[in-house]
Amino acid sequence: MDVALFYALAALVVAGAIGVVTGRHIVRMAIQLLAALLGVAGLYVLLAAEFIAAAQLVIYVGGTLVLIIFGVMLTARSGTSVLRPSRAEAIVAAVAGLALLTVLCVAIGSTSFPHVIVPRPADAVAPLGGALLNQYLFPFELASLLLLAVMLGAAYLARPLQRRPR
Amino acid sequence: MTLGLHHFLFLGAILFACGIVTVLIKRHAIGILMGVELMLNAANLNLVAFDHYTGTAPHGQTFALFVIVIAAAEAAVALAIFMNFHNNFASIDVDRGSELRG
Repeated sequence: MDVALFYALAALVVAGAIGVVTGRHIVRMAIQLLAALLGVAGLYVLLAAEFIAAAQLVIYVGGTLVLIIFGVMLTARSGTSVLRPSRAEAIVAAVAGLALLTVLCVAIGSTSFPHVIVPRPADAVAPLGGALLNQYLFPFELASLLLLAVMLGAAYLARPLQRRPR
Repeated sequence: MTLGLHHFLFLGAILFACGIVTVLIKRHAIGILMGVELMLNAANLNLVAFDHYTGTAPHGQTFALFVIVIAAAEAAVALAIFMNFHNNFASIDVDRGSELRG
């Protein structure tokens, strides 16, 4: 059951990722990225990480992807939503990607990992919250500071264009 | 056949390769950002998979959560930069931004 579910979700993820790679139209690429992100959220549920799956749905699908769509709409005035790479670039990139994939797969295949499945408590969120507020308290607070800085910086960078003589 | 760590690592490798090819071939700046998101998701999948199959304390999940937060911050800043780029060059093609070429 788990294996069938994994392969179904993996097919969704890989189809979305391939669609992003080969897609030409930016809005279609965004929809295919949505499929890949949803598949990854399903895989998190399969890995008993329900909170991460929820965060993935809320932040990635609900936040980042909407932000990307907004970016597409705000930059679509130039009318170049379709940009083709040159053939040489595409070939070089494909060769580099396949080489990286080969190296990674050989490395994974030749490594034996300990196959232990630690029985998780029924409530998997409580230890995560405990870790965030005890061991990882400093990075947690630093993340809030980072978000504040990013909010100010993005609002400053994206301010309306001022027409001034150059 | 049971579901093992290898399944998730292979899927993460495929996802990462797709992300890096996207970053390399896209000329649309937002397309490049999508490739970066794919790579971050691949790393996150590996973190959560290792957390599930090896650890007792949820260190991997904590890292994945931080990665998601920082990815959202990165997307916000990147899109603000792209809007400035679009204002300055009237295009979203990253190949146009070659003014600093020597």
